[in-house]
Amino acid sequence: MIEILLFATIKAGTPILFATLGAIVMERSGIINLGIEGLMLIGALSGFVTALYTGSLFLAVVVSFFASMAVGSIHGIITVYLRGNQIVSGLSLTMFGIGLTALFGRGMVGKTISGFDKFHIPGLSKIPVIGPALFRHDLLVYLSVLIVVLVSLFFYKTKWGLYLRSVGENPAAADTSGINVLKYRMMAVLVGSGLAGLGGCYLSLAYTPFWMENMSAGRGWIAVALVIFAQWNSTRALAGAYLFGGINALQLRMQAVGTTISPHLLAMLPYIFTIIVLIIATMRLEKGSSPEPESLGLPYDREDRK
Amino acid sequence: MKPVLEIKKVIKTFPGVKALDNVSLSIYEGEIHTLLGENGAGKSTLMNVLNGLYQPDSGEIFIDGKENMFLSPKDSIKAGIGMVHQHFMLVRNHNVLENILLSVEGLKSVLNKKAIRKQVEEILQRFDMDINLDEPMWKLSIGAQQWVELIKLLIRDCRILILDEPTAVLTPQESEKLFDFLGRLRSEGKSIIFISHKMREVMALSDRVTILKKGTTVKELTKGNFDEALLAKLMIGGDDIPKWERREKSIGEDILTISNLSVDNDKGLADLHEFSMELKKGEILGVAGVAGNGQKALAEVITGLKLPKDGYIMLGDCDITKACCRRSMIAGIAHVPEDRKSMGIAPEMSVDDNLILKSYKDPKFRKGFIQNRKTIKKNAERLIHAFDIKAGPPGNPVRLLSGGNIQKVIIAREMSLEPIVLVALYPTRGLDIGSAEYVHKVIVEARAKDMSTILISEDLDELLKLSDRIAVMFRGTLTGIVDPENTTREAIGLLMSGEMTG
Repeated sequence: MIEILLFATIKAGTPILFATLGAIVMERSGIINLGIEGLMLIGALSGFVTALYTGSLFLAVVVSFFASMAVGSIHGIITVYLRGNQIVSGLSLTMFGIGLTALFGRGMVGKTISGFDKFHIPGLSKIPVIGPALFRHDLLVYLSVLIVVLVSLFFYKTKWGLYLRSVGENPAAADTSGINVLKYRMMAVLVGSGLAGLGGCYLSLAYTPFWMENMSAGRGWIAVALVIFAQWNSTRALAGAYLFGGINALQLRMQAVGTTISPHLLAMLPYIFTIIVLIIATMRLEKGSSPEPESLGLPYDREDRK
Repeated sequence: MKPVLEIKKVIKTFPGVKALDNVSLSIYEGEIHTLLGENGAGKSTLMNVLNGLYQPDSGEIFIDGKENMFLSPKDSIKAGIGMVHQHFMLVRNHNVLENILLSVEGLKSVLNKKAIRKQVEEILQRFDMDINLDEPMWKLSIGAQQWVELIKLLIRDCRILILDEPTAVLTPQESEKLFDFLGRLRSEGKSIIFISHKMREVMALSDRVTILKKGTTVKELTKGNFDEALLAKLMIGGDDIPKWERREKSIGEDILTISNLSVDNDKGLADLHEFSMELKKGEILGVAGVAGNGQKALAEVITGLKLPKDGYIMLGDCDITKACCRRSMIAGIAHVPEDRKSMGIAPEMSVDDNLILKSYKDPKFRKGFIQNRKTIKKNAERLIHAFDIKAGPPGNPVRLLSGGNIQKVIIAREMSLEPIVLVALYPTRGLDIGSAEYVHKVIVEARAKDMSTILISEDLDELLKLSDRIAVMFRGTLTGIVDPENTTREAIGLLMSGEMTG
């Protein structure tokens, strides 16, 4: 019982984890992207179509990463180079993604592929309870955890990570140190968009191997919110995503065993929970210094005279 | 001898302003070269061109005789130029070491923090500095932050160091230490460009001085060929300086009593700690201290912007400890805030409207629910004339005015309410001499009419010239009150760094 719940928790949390990591990478460079929801859909559909026609799941993952990256580059060009409003650009990206995938996904509805198989990690998967819960997942789950570690190492152990964080905190300081602010921001938007796309392709390739219109169902928005809960830290993002996944798994379980509570109310639970967690997380923040990148949301113009 | 750096005929325009108009400058090896000029003369713009942040419209830059164009700060760094900006270029949320890492050349892909920490510690030892490398930047005092900026230049081995008004945030003693430090760098053959408008420092430090005025080079002078009077004359040129005279007068009884006041900041740390002080009727009470030692909190508590944690404030017989700012304004306290653009004015609104920001409720400015544009306009015309504000065409948003004129708008508004007490925070910071003297004139004239002023400033000359008494603050406490007639700058400096008088 517990291992089934844990297993479902990780599965439900993984797409959100990818998306949250993507958002963290972008926001650390100072760019807010409210288009995560749209990017997830792009990733989901492009991955599904590739898998359907080529049969290669590996290729599907790669295509979905680069397709979302390409669409995300629009946001990058508008906000980084043209210094447009990040909120407006991100919102339109979400609407664009929803519309585009609805249009091109029409012919895909009802088709199925054989999605990712479970990969039992030798040895570890034999451990009782923990084994079936943690070490019998598909490869994308392991990839997401690997990226958590990589992002953390990147931020704190490499030169580029230090530069990227500085760009998000104080772009003028980074600039006067000879760091190319716009390049770093654009790269962050590209990689972050790609990661959001991976979150989408997890949905259509592993979570439920079919395409459905608007199948991200608000997960992109949860990711945007979880960034704040995670305090722009990838390890905390893992906790946040699995927390959300856990509530989701729990409510699905409750529906399955047949409670008298309306399934619609139950389906709301993860979202309500996210709101509560956010309120608590933000209340706690007020007292100390904020971990939010100081220049988040602000365009950078070298010759701007303040 | 050939100059290490030569700037020839640089022109830089911003929309509507010609910030640099044909500026030339030569810097030699091992000299301290001062750039002198009023605010708006183009000193910082010129330095930002050297720093690669601004692209000049025309003109040439030569390094060691070779022409060099700086397309970005990277090019400038390569040429061996480093700058301490007036507004520090530090990442507040990173620790000291991370900030220094940013400026290390050829940093390894995987950070080698240990090796660099050792290098930094050597520099700390060599120059006898005491800085904790693991402390987050925002916890450091402004003076310490400046040392970090200097370390950032040293670790990169720059040949030409630019310091933009470095002493604005230092106590006299800290300034001395900085000057010693600069002297050592000079003897090591480094060239230093020093920007300041404090005559005393310019005289003490400079090997050569170049004077800028309205974006143009006025003159270049070598040591021995200039004195304070000449420099001031060249810097101001033909501008009018308002004249005023401070007359001796008897000071009245206590008008404002501050007792045991404690205030916490947003982070829960004490901004003011058991602070007590009396202000007398018709007195100018100067408040000295390095910025960030509680002056802002003091002003905000008195004007009702902040609630104290403990203690009380009395205005005459009236307890205004818990008064909101509207009530304290009605009670007769006026406020000239520190940051004039963000706190003093509504930047997009017209001068007329900014002048009634505090008296919009006055029946003479409205007809029922509707504004009375006629009287508002008349009021503005009267004040613009009385305070000699260059307001531009009617309806002009106030943000387009120069700093001096914006300050005049604020002062006109505050004084038109005929306050009992004026709390002025750094009222002349960043103003040209003419505007600064005008502000002084208004304050001194109001004193003659028995208005009391709390003048918070970091400019000791200003305080010594205007004040009847000078209170000195350090870390939110009062370290002493001195009589400007019987004190020295050194004595005030000691109080500013926390040494209590016995």
